[in-house]
Amino acid sequence: MRTADWRNRDHPSYWAFLVHRVSGLTLALFLPLHFWVLGRALAGEAALDEFLRWTEQPLVKASEVALVFLLAAHLAGGLRLLLIEFVGWRRQAKQSWVAIAAGVALFCALAFALNLY
Amino acid sequence: MAMREPELLEVDVWRSGGDAGGQFRTYAVPREDAQTVLDVVTWIQRKLDPTLAYRFACRVGMCGSCAMTVNGRARWTCRTHVAKVARGNRLQIAPLANLPVVRDLVVDMRAFFDKWAKAGGQFTPTASRRDDFVRVAPDTPARREVDAAIECIGCGVCYASCDIVAWNPAYLGPAALNRAWTLQNDVRDGDHPARLAAVAGDAGCHACHTQAACTERCPKQLSPTTSIAGLKRMTARAALKGEL
Repeated sequence: MRTADWRNRDHPSYWAFLVHRVSGLTLALFLPLHFWVLGRALAGEAALDEFLRWTEQPLVKASEVALVFLLAAHLAGGLRLLLIEFVGWRRQAKQSWVAIAAGVALFCALAFALNLY
Repeated sequence: MAMREPELLEVDVWRSGGDAGGQFRTYAVPREDAQTVLDVVTWIQRKLDPTLAYRFACRVGMCGSCAMTVNGRARWTCRTHVAKVARGNRLQIAPLANLPVVRDLVVDMRAFFDKWAKAGGQFTPTASRRDDFVRVAPDTPARREVDAAIECIGCGVCYASCDIVAWNPAYLGPAALNRAWTLQNDVRDGDHPARLAAVAGDAGCHACHTQAACTERCPKQLSPTTSIAGLKRMTARAALKGEL
């Protein structure tokens, strides 16, 4: 038995699946870190402020933009899935909705970046 | 008038045998106008190597027997023009993925069709020949769902393109679930609860990850993704009502 290779997977719906899966896993990794930072507040104002000063570095800021992109991508991808599964979109609708989901995600990330700098 | 040298296609064809179970062998085939991939395979078998095994019947996109993997994607070869898929003058032809290879380009479709049966693919009549015809209005929602999904020719392209089938060999697959969806929307059918139970298991509709490769590749432009999503809603509703 042979299995399909990457040539079979190169289509918009698969890319949407991949972005959704990877962003979901990355966000799952980020969440414990996020809670740890919030938990610093319990150790006193100084401890939290010290960490927040560290996050002012350009590289950390840049990864924040990436994080917002992942959040927006995951959200848009999730909405797309809900609409396919609960509303029952047909073939014609699908590819353009992949593009719309990607557009929403990019817009959110760029808006956040503009707000930041 | 001087004869024009025919342009040659370089065709890599999967041949069974050897330690790896098979390998690609390259053949040179003259290019023709309006040449299909099936034409190419037939030319190789008739002119170069009569031992090449492949399967076809109708040659016009009705029977669903000539599907192969062409340049990495499952396609119906009789309706696929070389001009549309050749990269330069190269073509790679392999048997369908996710099904055991019998020989060369021929796969064993048994698992594929057994799953149609497992998904409750048979129509269960509720009337006898003495009853009058059932009148199904063409504009009812259920009838429209059937219309959108009924033209499947059972070629196995969706099954060979589906990652879930590769990950979970028990998964019923897009074609079988699409068939189940048409019957669940058929008002004449008398086996709806049993069929719903058959497609609600681990290997059923809920295993689908909505990658939509089936919909992307279906040569009949059907959307098994939509059918499977319909089954997901149907099973969820039945479960909420305690019917499943």
